[in-house]
This record gives sequence, C-alpha cells and structure tokens, in this order.
Amino acid sequence: MKALDVVGAAKEYGSLRALGGVDLAVEEGEFFALLGPNGAGKTTLISALAGLLRLSAGRIKVMGHDVVDDYRNARRMVGVVPQELVFDPFFTVREVLRIQSGYFGLRNNDDWIDELLANLDLSAKANANMRQLSGGMKRRVLVAQSLVHKPPLIVLDEPTAGVDVELRQGLWTFIRSLNQRGHTILLTTHYLEEAQMLCNRIAMLKAGRVVALDRTENLLRAAEGRTLRLKIEGALPPGIPAPEHEGDWLVWASDSYEVLSDRLAAVRGAGVKVLEFEVGQPDLERVFVEVMRRAA
Amino acid sequence: MKAEGSGFRTLLYKEVLRFWKVAFQTVGAPVLSAVLYLVIFGHVLAPHVRVYGEIEYIAFIVPGLVMMSVLQNAFANSSSSLIQSKVTGNIVFVLLPPISHREFYCAYVVAAATRGVLVGFGVWAVSLLFVQLPLANPLWILVFTLLGGALLGTLGMIAGIWADKFDQLATFQNFLIMPLTMLAGVFYSVHALPPFWRSISRLNPFFFMIDGFRYGFLGVSDMSPWLSFSIVVVFLAVTAGLTLQLLARGWKLRG
Repeated sequence: MKALDVVGAAKEYGSLRALGGVDLAVEEGEFFALLGPNGAGKTTLISALAGLLRLSAGRIKVMGHDVVDDYRNARRMVGVVPQELVFDPFFTVREVLRIQSGYFGLRNNDDWIDELLANLDLSAKANANMRQLSGGMKRRVLVAQSLVHKPPLIVLDEPTAGVDVELRQGLWTFIRSLNQRGHTILLTTHYLEEAQMLCNRIAMLKAGRVVALDRTENLLRAAEGRTLRLKIEGALPPGIPAPEHEGDWLVWASDSYEVLSDRLAAVRGAGVKVLEFEVGQPDLERVFVEVMRRAA
Repeated sequence: MKAEGSGFRTLLYKEVLRFWKVAFQTVGAPVLSAVLYLVIFGHVLAPHVRVYGEIEYIAFIVPGLVMMSVLQNAFANSSSSLIQSKVTGNIVFVLLPPISHREFYCAYVVAAATRGVLVGFGVWAVSLLFVQLPLANPLWILVFTLLGGALLGTLGMIAGIWADKFDQLATFQNFLIMPLTMLAGVFYSVHALPPFWRSISRLNPFFFMIDGFRYGFLGVSDMSPWLSFSIVVVFLAVTAGLTLQLLARGWKLRG
C-alpha cells in the first residue's frame, strides 16, 4: 500500500501558485525526503496532507484514506512535526502528551508516553511546564506529540532545526528505529547530509513542482563532480593530462570513475610516488544545487 | 481505542484545565469585579431606587450581575483561547487530530459555559453576604444560565475565529459585547426607560437572557420568560449554525 499518494496537488493563493500539480507516491516503510529551497512548496504540501489547508485541485491519500473525504481515518494515520516551534504554555510536558493522546482516543497511553520521553531524552522534564524548556527540548516535545498515536506515516518538517548535534544524533537513532519497525518517514530538511544519510528516496521541489524524484543513490550517481586528488613526490612527468592545482594537491575532475582510475594508473605507471590520495564523491548538496540550477 | 467523542472529551478537558490553571485570573478576578459593582451601585443607589414595586435595588441587580458575569466570562473563555492558539500557532495541536467540527464546537462552548457558570456561582455566593435572594423558579435560572453561557461561548468562538490579532478581538469585545451587556438591564428595569430606548432594548438579545434569568430568582420580569427563552434559543441556533459552518469550512483556521 502507498503510505502517501499525491495526485495533481495544486494550491493557489490568489495569483501566487504554491503548488503546481504535484504527483508523488511514497511506499509503506520508506524513509523519504522532500527537499527544496524556501518557498518551494514543501510545507504547503505537508499542510495539505495533514488537513491544515485545502488544495485548490488534486487529492491526497494517506494509507489509502482521502484527507478530505475520509479525514478522520487519514489523520489517525499521520503524525506531523510542524516546522514552527509552537507549544501550549499552560501545560506540562506530560499533560501535553496525555491531551494529544486523548484527541486520538488513547486514554491510557502512559507506557508509550514514557517510552517516547525516554527516547527523546525528556524523562527528567516530564512534569516541567512547556515554558521552562529550551528550544531544543520544545522541538523534541513536538516530535513526541506527533508520535503519541503511533502513526504509520510520520512527517517531520525540519525537525532538527535548533537541536544540538548530540540530541540530533539521538533523534535520528530513534526515528530510524521507528522506520525499521515499519513506520514510513517523510522528512523535509535543509541539512542535506541528513537526507543523504537517512533517506532511501528523495523528491526535490522547486516553485511548487517536483523537479527530481529518484532513489538517493541514483541521484548521487547521476551527478557531476567526481574528483581524484593526489599529493605526489616531485613533478608530474609529461604525457599525463594536466590536473588543476589546489596548493600541494593535483586535482583531476570527471563524471567517470573510469577516467579517474586511468589517471591514477598513469601516475603510478610513470613511477611517481603517491604521498596521499582522495576520491571526491558528489554529495547531495551538489546534486541539489545542480538540480535547482537546471530547473531554473 | 478510536471511540468517537474522545476528541470532544479531551478538548473539553484541555479547555477547562487551561482556565482552571489560572483560576485566580479567570474566575477570581471577575468575581471580585462583579462584587465591586454590587457594593458600589447597590449601596449608592439602594436608598433611591425601587424596582417592580417592593423589590430592593440590591436584590434586583444581583441576578443581573450574576448573568453579566456568566455572559462576559463565557465569551472571554472561548475567544481568548482561540485567539491565543491562533497567534502562538499551537492551534495545530487541535487541527491535526481527527476531531470533527461538531466536537470542536461543543468542546469550546461547554468549556466557555463552564467558566461562565463558575464565575456566576461565585458572584451569587458572595452576594449572599449582602442580600438573601429568593429562588422563585430555579429551572429558569438553570435554563438561562446554560443558554446564556452557550450563546456567549458561541459568539466568543466566532470572534476568536474571525480575529487575527488581539486588538481585533478587543474591538469585538469593547464595541459589541460590553455595550450589549451594559445596556441589557443589568442595573435598571427597561420600564424605567423612555419608550424609544425601551424599544431599542428589546432588540438586544442580552436583555432577554438577563431578564429571563432574573425571573428565575424574583418571579417577576420585564418580559415573559417564555418569550425570552424563545428569542435566546433562536439566537443560539443561528449563531451555532454559523459557527459550525465556519468550522466545517475551516474558515481562518485551515488555509
């Protein structure tokens, strides 16, 4: 079953087009990234699937349930971590999570709430008022709120903004374990290394349209920008294609590993002593920049 | 686990807990304000005013003050909760779960009426220090308390949904709710007004709520309690219908 099925999703605000007919499907169990520059339509799409806004055209289904016609079942299937750092200042962390559980019909949910608090390193703050928490802690409470009903689809809209490195690692360990237990994860983030590390498939949005959609490794493989960097003893003998120089480094760039491999073989074949070498891979940031440039 | 109605119960619990956590401000302060009205107006005017023949002025204004407190606090509860949630953004916590627009409406209105009733009860309890009111028709007291709380809770929802900023809500409160309340016969009988203003008063739904509520205590009123009841029910039905429509369409809540 498709965890998320988006067909022709369009949203207009007067003359401004936030989504221009997005088609997207996320299979159950995927760890899926939705990337794009600010204003690309990521949060609009997430808001539409969460029922926070109505599309101008198109439809969205979550675990087979239409988010408009069958909104009750659709909303039970999805947990959303909003991008904005919002909180209710009247309540403690535990009260917030109990209330959120109650909205989903879960009256005795303390075991799971305790597990969430432990996994998100919030146990010590369970009875603290929300106002007393740091920004990172509030962000983690938002994550816990989205998970109280164990939704099959978890949507994380920039969940690590403002969270320090150690806690970010802990958060990803926990989210990855949820993914391994069968939860589908939809992630938006501006930390592209996180998307590259975590997600098996990536969609890139620009100006409300999908401009790239593929498995992460395919996107990386198709990208330009592989490099061979060498530090050698002495001078480079003639007959070898001239590299660029970056300080002591000699740098050959190519889209083909075969070409780079030939360069290394030629250097070694010429009896040159290689002191250090590095092979540079295109990363997702480079892929992202290329895709956005091509889509301009 | 997925029982229908759980959204209503939890949202009602949340809304009641929200005002109860700051009860000093949301219940205690309005009771004090109403008691100050009672002390000042009651004692200053009591020697000079008689209403409905032999009824003491202080006995006349206590039901009016109690009902005024019910109405104002019911309005304040739903309107302030919604505008705060909208401005701070935490409204998403009630928009994301599978809560229907009917559950949403009922939870906010019942919570608003609950606060109104608590404040009204507090004002009545303190008023016992000044005057022993009769309870001529307790059922009418209950009916008008609940209807008034529900109607103003509903108006508070409309204001809270409509307003984008706190000052817009203050405009609604200061230029609509407060004048309608103060001109509804809390401190005077409409029979004491000139004919023109008496006719104007009868266009004010708040007048019928206060008049009917007063009938429950004193057994006398400016209008028939049945007429007041009918008018208040019609107003409640119209505003409830409007609010449910706004919620179902997600007006100003879901983009």
